Amino acid sequence: MIKGTVKIDAKICKGCELCIISCPQDGLGLAAQFNDKGYRYVELIEDNCTGCVNCALVCPEAAITVFRQPKPAKKSVEKK
Amino acid sequence: MSIERPSNHDFPSEAEGMDLVYCRPETLTDLPFHYCPGCSHSVVHRVLMEVVDELNIQDKTIGVAPVGCSVFAYHYMNVDMQEAAHGRATAVATGIKRVLPDRFVFSYQGDGDLAAIGTAETIHTVNRGENILMVFINNGIYGMTGGQMAPTTLVGQVTTTSPYGRQVEFAGHPIKIADMLTQLPGAYYVTRQAVHNPNGVRKLKKALTKSFQYQKEGKGTCFVEVVSNCPSGWKMTPVETVKYLEEQMFPLYPLGDLKKPDGAK
Ligand SMILES: Cc1ncc(C[n+]2csc(CCOP(=O)(O)OP(=O)(O)O)c2C)c(N)n1
Ligand code: SF4
Ligand code: SF4
Ligand code: SF4
Repeated sequence: MIKGTVKIDAKICKGCELCIISCPQDGLGLAAQFNDKGYRYVELIEDNCTGCVNCALVCPEAAITVFRQPKPAKKSVEKK
Repeated sequence: MSIERPSNHDFPSEAEGMDLVYCRPETLTDLPFHYCPGCSHSVVHRVLMEVVDELNIQDKTIGVAPVGCSVFAYHYMNVDMQEAAHGRATAVATGIKRVLPDRFVFSYQGDGDLAAIGTAETIHTVNRGENILMVFINNGIYGMTGGQMAPTTLVGQVTTTSPYGRQVEFAGHPIKIADMLTQLPGAYYVTRQAVHNPNGVRKLKKALTKSFQYQKEGKGTCFVEVVSNCPSGWKMTPVETVKYLEEQMFPLYPLGDLKKPDGAK
């Protein structure tokens, strides 16, 4: 499976949890700490992110940046 | 406050060797949104600016902001913006587009703005087929002023001015403004979308992209309704609003294209 990761800007996250329910890997969760605005912010709590971008698409604060491993080059020619 | 925008040169160590596949659009300013947690407004702001970025039309786009919670839309959208009086955004957008026909002009309005005080402007703008994009945020309530009943409020929905739920005998039926507008020849493309899940966001993006393309071709009015939430006005958590949208709002306001150009997919 392709590996990815997310970077969540904890300063502007409002803990709405919409990203949590959109993550097919159940990889996101609320931190125990609060940010300066007083919200429990979201963190990647599992090491299973696939970089599917779902969380970033629904985030109302545009707080999520997503990274993903490049797709491996197709080896169809060699296989035969 | 500085907002994190990791660039291709500034990757977190866990992302070593990975590609940047999603980040805050360039055309969204660095200002954190003032909206309540989970509010659809800021998702739509972001998607709209993503489309502006992808079409590379930042310096050719002019938006008109409404009165309502999104009155400060101009703080976030880094394109030329004009504020309009309550309900009058499409009249102002008409003027801008007629004077500067080579610009991409959009209006952005809530349901109190577009479907109540601005009903006349809405209907006549579409009837004239003004070559603009109208973005309509239908959250079924007056968010900014404290959650009063809007023309779009569902039958039975509790608001501060319908404490026993909206009653048809008293307040009439919720108005399906997008359906009405399809009847007008000036409406070229009318669609209803939502941002309650990732696929909804993807579809909204496609609809907005198409609308700007039609505007470039001078086709007429494109109307994009976004069935939205208002966690504060509805007195729900953002996660609860997703269920309410799916179970209560979408049956009355079904998603999809209501009017599309002949032959378009
Ligand atoms: C002429 C005028 N009448 C009334 C108001 C009060 N007012 C401000 S916002 C608003 C309704 C906003 O509701 P909506 O357009 O649904 O936007 P939302 O806040 O839900 O995004 C009203 C009635 C006003 N500012 N100006
Ligand atoms: S990118 Fe996809 S898998 Fe990774 S955290 Fe976001 S939703 Fe979950
Ligand atoms: S969707 Fe965005 S604002 Fe909401 S909890 Fe997730 S990161 Fe925070
Ligand atoms: S009052 Fe409603 S529409 Fe306004 S910002 Fe809050 S949640 Fe959004």
